[in-house]
Amino acid sequence: MMRTSAVALAGAVAFLALATIAVAQDEGTPPLPKQKWSFAGPFGTYDRAALQRGFGVYQNVCENCHELGLIHFGDLGADGPGGGIGYNEEQVKAIAAASAKQYPDTDDSGQPIQRPGRPTDTPLPLNYDNVKQAKALFGTAPPDLSLIVKAREGGADYVYAFLSGFSEDKNKDRSGAPYYNEYFPGHNVAMPPPPLAGNDVPGVKATADEERRDVVTFLSWASEPTMEDRKRTGIKVLIFLIATTGVLYFAKRQIWASLH
Amino acid sequence: MVRWIDHRLPIFTFMKHELNDYPTPRNLSYWWNFGSLAGIMLVIMIVTGIFLAMEYTPQVNDAFDSVERIRRDVNYGWLIQYLHMNGASFFFIVTYIHIFRGLYYGSYKEPRELLWMLGLVILLLMMATAFMGYVLPWGQMSFWGATVITNLFSAIPVVGQKIVTWLWGGFAVDNPTLNRFYALHYLLPFVIVGVVMLHLIALHQHGSNNPLGIDRKTPQDSIPFHPYYTIKDMFGLFAFLIVYAIFVFFMPDALGDPQNYIQANPLQTPPEIVPEWYFLPFYAILRSVPNILFIPSKLAGVLCLFGAIGILFFLPWLDTSRVRSARFRPIYKWVFWLLVIDVAVLGDCGAHRPEGWYIFAGRMATLYYFVHFLILMPLIGWFERPRPLPTSIATTVMKRSSGSLAAASPVGKS
Repeated sequence: MMRTSAVALAGAVAFLALATIAVAQDEGTPPLPKQKWSFAGPFGTYDRAALQRGFGVYQNVCENCHELGLIHFGDLGADGPGGGIGYNEEQVKAIAAASAKQYPDTDDSGQPIQRPGRPTDTPLPLNYDNVKQAKALFGTAPPDLSLIVKAREGGADYVYAFLSGFSEDKNKDRSGAPYYNEYFPGHNVAMPPPPLAGNDVPGVKATADEERRDVVTFLSWASEPTMEDRKRTGIKVLIFLIATTGVLYFAKRQIWASLH
Repeated sequence: MVRWIDHRLPIFTFMKHELNDYPTPRNLSYWWNFGSLAGIMLVIMIVTGIFLAMEYTPQVNDAFDSVERIRRDVNYGWLIQYLHMNGASFFFIVTYIHIFRGLYYGSYKEPRELLWMLGLVILLLMMATAFMGYVLPWGQMSFWGATVITNLFSAIPVVGQKIVTWLWGGFAVDNPTLNRFYALHYLLPFVIVGVVMLHLIALHQHGSNNPLGIDRKTPQDSIPFHPYYTIKDMFGLFAFLIVYAIFVFFMPDALGDPQNYIQANPLQTPPEIVPEWYFLPFYAILRSVPNILFIPSKLAGVLCLFGAIGILFFLPWLDTSRVRSARFRPIYKWVFWLLVIDVAVLGDCGAHRPEGWYIFAGRMATLYYFVHFLILMPLIGWFERPRPLPTSIATTVMKRSSGSLAAASPVGKS
């Protein structure tokens, strides 16, 4: 009986998984190439060096047009969720202060001022000040990137494929938007091919592919900074549950033995 | 001290009677674990839900970010949120298995009709609670799901649109809708607790049904609940928690829709509006029904949707067989599994756009669902010749355990 229950449960779970996966995948986009990520699998962790490089790419490229509303500069430091991306408090302050954009505020007498960034601020898009302006500039508001990896079917693999899915050949005849992208549903996307390569931290010469990888790692972290806590805790919880289940199994047999 | 209290308020006597000595059929299989699992899921949902409510903001501009803030900035907020989010799915898995177990072993039959109907009331309350809970994170699917489902009421002739406006508290799903859904999402679980109490009182009146579906006759047919079923339920609980934990800790988004990680935008319809998996079979029924005579398909779909659960209330009388357990019903046994497949097909149709093959499959599966309950069940009950029933639970169990000694059955047969 136990075995049939287990099979039925596994069947139910498999059915759910299928039902959820089956929803997407159409519009004539090719299947997403599977990538190897440092943060994949039950023991995966974010590669801190890749996160910092990825944040560099983000600041040099993505930040021109995209918001990252759920991430504050302070989150990058050790006090941030999941321990940040490996910067200390001083570095975080410096990064915030070096933000290319000034932040509107008021001084002590109530006069409106523009001040440099602080750890409690979130990185701002450089090319526009508000959504209306963004729409006027690009025709559509660029999505906030805080949850982009969780908000797309395929997750990190999709974002990576999207960033590599622009085709010089097919974009040659186009003077502007929409641009052709192999992996974007419908293939027409308002976003131009991102100028990747050579955007990294000073002293590192990275290729476009390395930068893509780094920025996707950073965006995955931004989508779920607490992922490492989750998996670490999960391993411990599973060990506890499996051990207890084993003990209970023998206790159950022991107690029921007297009945037969 | 215990005696002093018990003399005035007999809670200890009550607990001893209902949890310790409570005589239970000795042959319950692991399928009988799912009732207590559902009860425990209810407790997990209420406890995690109360902690989430301390941090959540029911306001259209802040709701989405407040859920993310719980995940990022609240200590162990990610754990509480993932437990709650995946808990909804697992609550439904457990409950659906519990219901199908009742269907297979005829647990709805005399004298347990009210027990069954109270269970269905719990299911309806669960569905309402889950639906409103899914709206709270205010993602794209929250918003559009709420819009589609509340719009169902507009199918009611004459007053439909008025009812929808009343439900929304405005002319679209908006802040008033979110606020009232939050209030009701907090309230309904406690109503469920109340109905669960009634469900348990009804259960303890005649005790559990069992895999043989025959009544207990001698004291040998029963064993005390403690320690036999307390330990069996504990073992089942921990085995279940392993599966639950795998989802919570290693694939927390596997059962959800990525679209719900995009904040609700009333101006942008998502490419596909799909409910959570546990509503997919019902969603398929809703979309499958064509115009029937003078009833427009929208109204017909809504009627069939509610009818799909409503019909279950009449099951004790639709099933004309006097034998409870499908073990002794050679035809019904197969028809039961056809129903399981039918519901799975409906679920698959609900997950896909109603195009081409899925329209046909959805309609046939919907039709079969009703044929099963309205035609097959009464007919099979009349024409089927059940296999002879064993004389008592005890003799069957003894025979089996002496036979299985040689076979060395790996898992404790009950």
